[in-house]
Amino acid sequence: MTIDDLIDDPTTRVIVCCGSGGVGKTTTSAAVAIRAAERGRKVVVLTIDPARRLAQALGLKILGNEPDLVEGVGTEGSLHAMMLDMRRTFDEMVEAHAEPGRAEKILANPFYQTISTSFSGTQEYMAMEKLGQLAATEKWDLIVVDTPPSRSALDFLDAPQRMSKFLDGRMIRLLSAPARAGGRGLRKIVGAGFTLFAKAVSTILGGQMLADASAFVQAFDTMFGGFRERATATYELLRSPGTAFLVIAAPEPDALREAAYFVDRLSTEEMPLAGMVLNRTHPVLADLSASQSRAAADGLRGAPLAAAVLRLHADRVDLAAREERLLARFTKAHGAVPVTRVPVVPSVGDLDGLREIGGHLAAAPARTRTAS
Amino acid sequence: MVTGKGGTGKTTVAAALALALATGGRRTLLIEVEGRQGIAQLFDTPPLPYEERRIAVAPGGGEVRALAVDVEAALLEYFEMFYRLGMAGRTLRRMGAVEFATTLAPGLRDVLLTGKAKETVNRTDSQGRFAYDAVVLDAPPTGRVVTFLDVTRAMAELARSGPIHGQAQGVVKVLHSDWTAVHVVTLLEDLPVTETLEVLDELRAAGLRPGAVIANQVRPQWLPDRSVVAAANGRVDAERIRSGIAAAGLDLPSDVIEGLVSETVEHARQVRGESLALARLAEAPLLELPRLIDGVDLGSLYELAESLRTQGVGLGAAR
Repeated sequence: MTIDDLIDDPTTRVIVCCGSGGVGKTTTSAAVAIRAAERGRKVVVLTIDPARRLAQALGLKILGNEPDLVEGVGTEGSLHAMMLDMRRTFDEMVEAHAEPGRAEKILANPFYQTISTSFSGTQEYMAMEKLGQLAATEKWDLIVVDTPPSRSALDFLDAPQRMSKFLDGRMIRLLSAPARAGGRGLRKIVGAGFTLFAKAVSTILGGQMLADASAFVQAFDTMFGGFRERATATYELLRSPGTAFLVIAAPEPDALREAAYFVDRLSTEEMPLAGMVLNRTHPVLADLSASQSRAAADGLRGAPLAAAVLRLHADRVDLAAREERLLARFTKAHGAVPVTRVPVVPSVGDLDGLREIGGHLAAAPARTRTAS
Repeated sequence: MVTGKGGTGKTTVAAALALALATGGRRTLLIEVEGRQGIAQLFDTPPLPYEERRIAVAPGGGEVRALAVDVEAALLEYFEMFYRLGMAGRTLRRMGAVEFATTLAPGLRDVLLTGKAKETVNRTDSQGRFAYDAVVLDAPPTGRVVTFLDVTRAMAELARSGPIHGQAQGVVKVLHSDWTAVHVVTLLEDLPVTETLEVLDELRAAGLRPGAVIANQVRPQWLPDRSVVAAANGRVDAERIRSGIAAAGLDLPSDVIEGLVSETVEHARQVRGESLALARLAEAPLLELPRLIDGVDLGSLYELAESLRTQGVGLGAAR
């Protein structure tokens, strides 16, 4: 697979860029989106938390939450870009789906404020929701999605379900009124322990918080079914043949370990993996071994520039060798996954920088030379 | 406390710091709070249970112990102290009730985690000597660390009385005293340095004491200073390199020389980027740790600890 095969294929409708935090997901998403637009697709890219320079390059406004046209990209194709405002996406969802009169109650609930801003899965949930919305408009023929910067790439797939489970209200009913709710079966299992636990929780958290939470869950109850349905529908969209996942990693043990978990998970879920992008590699550009290079540097007298060049080259050969070793460990277990290497570039400040990365993405996945 | 932007190596630096502080017959405790088992991976040991274990011996007879604090276990531990839950505790945990309670009030999580750290800091033996000479906490990343340490705010979410409230007041006292310093790990790159400067301001505003900024993975600079600027702008004298190398008996074809020139330009850009980043950090007390080309293993942790020691980090020999 090359990136051009993927983006030129009109049946590709969604590309999801996943990976652990700090590996360059947002930059890769933007580079893929620009390349697709310039090859004729009508593209929208959903970014999550772009660095300031990247946001500027795409002309992103913080208070958008709707896609804006990026000027100067594509002639037949076009590029729209947006960054996710999770609080606003959540608010809009409540406003659109709650029964009249209930929306305000939910939005004003202190517990809702906590859930909509600091629950650990909210960002992932809202990214999925926004993806569903963008797909439903059918205004674009390709959606490129960046995923939230969590430690684990799996969070993107798991968080919505965790959140559904949290919001379904069973536990809150148990805690706020353990005597009435919960059903006899459950109480039989945990016995008096649960009543004590509920008492302890309410002592620690305070009665007010439980009351707020309970009021929130009650108000939310009527729209919960729809809520879960939407999440399920988006999840199904991710499993459909029009979706392709790109796993993004950097040549570091942690990032590659996360990438491996994610690749395994995609295969379990029967979700379509297009390939892995390995960012920030240091390919060797000169065919000269590290030991030869260092020996020559040691033998030099009175040529400080040449000696420095030989030493920095030797370091680079060692670094490239380490990167290839780490990658080999990954490919041993996941040999079928095509890997595209993208060499390290200075931080991206304009569209041309992103086009350059797009060029690297499209380069045939050749093996880097490892001088030995 | 050791924080840093994700990917800067804060767990590695926290471990090296615990080793450096244990040198000379001291005992330190290294705590992790994010359930990642990062310490176990670093020291190449099986996953840590929720108890303090010796994981390394420091030069001069000291030792480092480690503790992976588990929020759910810590909460149940509290409940066990004040209410007799008995067997129900485990069932509740399986049901997700404990996770639910800590999700309901994210502040509760932070109070429990910092509370456990405080307990280890204050712990004394029967002669009244402190159990640990230093406690190093691998804290959450820069984006969340001030919230994490702002226990006063977290308490506002909780009931105004009750056992945890009392405990939290003790935590506030320790965190805002001279006993606590928050060190920030960074790479010498644009974004991590920006986050570092931001978090230093936030810490001061929250009444927490910033410690050192620790620049991690600093590259060796091979080029002479005067060549860096020119090379970073793409000006490299290829002929001088060719003839210089030829003097060492290596006659390289032109494509290899071209490759070396490109590598030199990239190196110079990185070096220039690092010195610009360093200049932005001029205000803060700074420590530097070298980039380890082969990655971090147990042996290199000792190297990093030694590097910190030569820069003045340490408690001196135990009395």
